[in-house]
Amino acid sequence: MPSLKSLKVRITSVKSTQKITKAMKMVAAAKLRRAQEAAEAARPYAERMTSVLASLGSRITVGPESPRLLAGTGSDQVHLLVVATSERGLAGAFNTNIVRAARRTADRLLAEGKTVKFYLIGKKGRAQLARTHRDRFLHTVDLTHVKRLAFTDASEIAEELIARYEAGEFDVAHLFYARFQSALVQEPTVKQIIPVELPQAGAATATGAVAAEMSGSVDYEPDEEEILAELLPRNVAVQLFRALLENAASEQGSRMTAMDNATRNAGDMINRLTITYNRTRQAAITKELIEIISGAEAL
Amino acid sequence: MADKLHFSLVSPERALRSDEVHMVVVPGSEGDFGVLAGHAPFMSTIRPGAIQVFAEAESAPARIFIDGGFAEVNEGGLTILAEAALPVEELEPEAIARDLSNAREDLRDAKTDVERSLAERRIARFEAMQATITN
Repeated sequence: MPSLKSLKVRITSVKSTQKITKAMKMVAAAKLRRAQEAAEAARPYAERMTSVLASLGSRITVGPESPRLLAGTGSDQVHLLVVATSERGLAGAFNTNIVRAARRTADRLLAEGKTVKFYLIGKKGRAQLARTHRDRFLHTVDLTHVKRLAFTDASEIAEELIARYEAGEFDVAHLFYARFQSALVQEPTVKQIIPVELPQAGAATATGAVAAEMSGSVDYEPDEEEILAELLPRNVAVQLFRALLENAASEQGSRMTAMDNATRNAGDMINRLTITYNRTRQAAITKELIEIISGAEAL
Repeated sequence: MADKLHFSLVSPERALRSDEVHMVVVPGSEGDFGVLAGHAPFMSTIRPGAIQVFAEAESAPARIFIDGGFAEVNEGGLTILAEAALPVEELEPEAIARDLSNAREDLRDAKTDVERSLAERRIARFEAMQATITN
């Protein structure tokens, strides 16, 4: 039976932990709302980009002279896994889930005899992957200093990826991130970002561009190929930017859930400890009474 | 007002503006072009520079610096997809000059092709900003 004193100390300590997790949950909830708004605000641009790419794609046939970003290098030997994780921990299984998805893909590719390289965004994923794949790290990006993710952050990463692609460092790039479904559900997702997969015209939102495209009356300046060559790198940046925004929202959602659970667990623990504390106290009182009574009877 | 052009400026981070204007002059990669209401469907890439937005036919244009991008004209109006957009008045000559010299330094120090091409793009952007201010 633990002493009364140690139980009391224990209860106080769990209570202060609960205060911390509760505060973290509220902070995560506020940040989640902001992250969701940012993801929402980025939508119009991405949708326009998709519809323009779709209408261009329907007019262009992919051949050997197409931009390499579209046609690929003609080989799929070297795969680059771009793994986007968070910079901070205490977010439940958020990072673990993304890393697990990446690791599974890496194992599969390695089993097929391909070369796998890693490009890591966020330091939590780096720590987890370093155990098994440290020698395959190509580069890691640290976004700790970034308070609010700006497009330039994403486009710098994209430019670097494209430059490495052009230099022949890899053939295919996959991006791993957590797609945000709700505060409770975040789905680890993998998406091929290089070479670019053109969206189907049917998948695009029915904007005027697509409608006009059908009648074939749109003028392009310079011509379609050059516009496409200009747009493809930009599209990589946009994809990356959206993924990072979703990742940020997922991280906060995941942290919120994790901290909510932690707060609840702490509450349960406090209840249990309080019951033990009261019982122990009562037992001590009873014991003292028995001692007094039996002492009196002995006289 | 029947003869108004619907103009929207969208950056990856958010939709910056969306309103009815008289005319917009866009620095296309093959030359500047003005868009009035009823323009034929048209798509063009943009070089870094300033777009001019004329709210009314006689009004002074609002100048907005655009860091490259893409313009699309359809029956719904003109849409500009810009990576970064900033009103020209908000550009700071000193800061740009500093960034430009930093970028030039980076280019000198660049060891790999990757670093070199990144620095070159930055230089092009800052030079376009300077050209916009002096005009």
